[in-house]
Amino acid sequence: MDFDLSDDQKMILELVEEVSQAEFAPRADEISKKGEFPSKNIKKLAELDLFGVTLPREYGGLGMDYLTWALISEKISKACATTGLIFGANLLCTYPLMVFGTEDQKRKFLPPLARGEALGAFALTEPEAGSDVGNVQTTAKKEGDHYTLNGSKIFITNGEVAHTYIVIATVDRSLGPRGLTAFILEKGMAGFSFGQHFEKMGLDALPNVELIFRDCRVPKENLLSKEKRGFRVAMQTFAAGRIGVGIGALGVAEAAFEEAKEYSKQRVQFGRSISRFQAIQHTLADMATEIEAAKYLLYRAAWLLDQEKPFEKIASMGKLYASEVAMKVTTKAVQILGGYGYTKDYPVERYMREAKLFEIIEGTSEIQRGIIANKILKE
Amino acid sequence: MNTIVCIKQVPDTEELQKVKIDPQTNTLIREGVPGIINPFDENAIEEALRLKEKKGGNVTVLSMGPSQAEESLRKALAMGVDGAVLLSDRLFAGSDTLATSYTLAMAIKRIGPFDLILLGKQAIDGDTAQVGPGLAEWLNLPQVTYARKIEVNENKIRVERVLEDAFEVVESPLPALVTVTKDINEPRYPSLRGLLRAKAEKIPIWAAEDLPLDKRKIGLEGSPTQVVKIFIPKPPKRGEILSGEISQVVDKLILEIEKRRTI
Repeated sequence: MDFDLSDDQKMILELVEEVSQAEFAPRADEISKKGEFPSKNIKKLAELDLFGVTLPREYGGLGMDYLTWALISEKISKACATTGLIFGANLLCTYPLMVFGTEDQKRKFLPPLARGEALGAFALTEPEAGSDVGNVQTTAKKEGDHYTLNGSKIFITNGEVAHTYIVIATVDRSLGPRGLTAFILEKGMAGFSFGQHFEKMGLDALPNVELIFRDCRVPKENLLSKEKRGFRVAMQTFAAGRIGVGIGALGVAEAAFEEAKEYSKQRVQFGRSISRFQAIQHTLADMATEIEAAKYLLYRAAWLLDQEKPFEKIASMGKLYASEVAMKVTTKAVQILGGYGYTKDYPVERYMREAKLFEIIEGTSEIQRGIIANKILKE
Repeated sequence: MNTIVCIKQVPDTEELQKVKIDPQTNTLIREGVPGIINPFDENAIEEALRLKEKKGGNVTVLSMGPSQAEESLRKALAMGVDGAVLLSDRLFAGSDTLATSYTLAMAIKRIGPFDLILLGKQAIDGDTAQVGPGLAEWLNLPQVTYARKIEVNENKIRVERVLEDAFEVVESPLPALVTVTKDINEPRYPSLRGLLRAKAEKIPIWAAEDLPLDKRKIGLEGSPTQVVKIFIPKPPKRGEILSGEISQVVDKLILEIEKRRTI
């Protein structure tokens, strides 16, 4: 078992750390308060070639592994969770294209995504279908050389800033999950528009938008995988995406921990810095331990994915654990900062609001426990 | 449009506590201190890359220093320059600005034809701002210092020079040498592709014998400047703040002024 990073990984992470801390961290608070899409950050990620990390060279990528991607995403998320999630949501588009796309589809859609000229998004969630994936109501009807889509999607990350969308619709509602079918949509297709923006508890700068399909004509070349194989596309994409979501939670937890640790060393009460009180020390020790544990679950999930071994169970465990650690650690960070922690002068209250999202998206904690239980009981 | 950028590796400003001065020679002990590209030189690299993006041609970076200066050249390669050359030889050690600019000039002669030479306005360690102008003299080139904007038109450049409270517009034929300020641009970060490419690149290292130079003009022997003394100036004493009733404060102040005979 080798926990060392390669020289290339170290070199890349040093650069990503430098850029994230110099460019993203100082603006994280402001973009969140203004609810402003961090387009400068996204441009920077594109200039650094980060969107193409996992994509093969023939499609304009760098041909590196998912572990490297995860390490990069961790640095970005630690500096700015919003930017990390935009980066992560992009993978929900490139990953299924890589796994299920035809050669023509890869050649057409991947290069602009690798260059960061186009952002990706994945759309499954609907008002009546979230945890219950089989209840998707958006319909796709085959008519000659195209499919006609009708329905809507909600909460879609990268909503209207994306260009390429993987959309899950049903060709036969009576079939439930077995009727689901995946399509590749592009912004600007006739009948494809955007609806409501959702105001949220946190991550206000992260676009989560409603997608609307009204007699939207999708050429049949844009069918991803086969008809009625959408459930598998969605499940496998989510499994990989969970590594990214877990990594996002990890980044937030790390940021909150650092803030609390530094504060505890500076803050003087009863004539000494509060880091010298055992109550604070034990809290910090627990935070650090849990962060470390979450980290290696996620790294292992990414490593398994790279080895083309079953990774779904560990990815779910990583996502479940990291998101709950993030919630716990950020809550404790607010507690360590006390009254100041509750104010908007310090970032920990923002981290706490951000952390909550990770327990919900990409399968709630309850769904993760269900997946894990299902896997371990079969082993 | 072929540009040569001369860069210097300087101690990392974030690691300044590690920088020590050799009491014998009064020069910086650079070994073991993490180095960065002199920040103004990064602006020079960026400007060369932007000119290349507009006008084509290629960009070569050149540096003189110990072998660890190779890291800085590699970073320049990662940013996107086409080639890099390191001048490294024990014989170059102890060079002052005269010997340094002479050595760089001889290396540039070996590199070949160019349209423009760019440097930062000065290095943040020695702060002399002499190498750029010195180099222009050795190469018999027109020089424009402290540039905040460079425009290239045909065979001419139009440069905005930063002065204390104004700027000056200067035109010069090419080839020319320009030193730049930080106002000129925002240096880019290297890309991942650039990093990986730069890592694999072989950087030629030229020693004294590889250059057509007069050995009496290089290194310590070729350096007329000696640092006689180096010291940290004592910060001025803090002023005393008088407080209390206005009338008392005024009385006290007058007494103090009379006592010290400051008027």
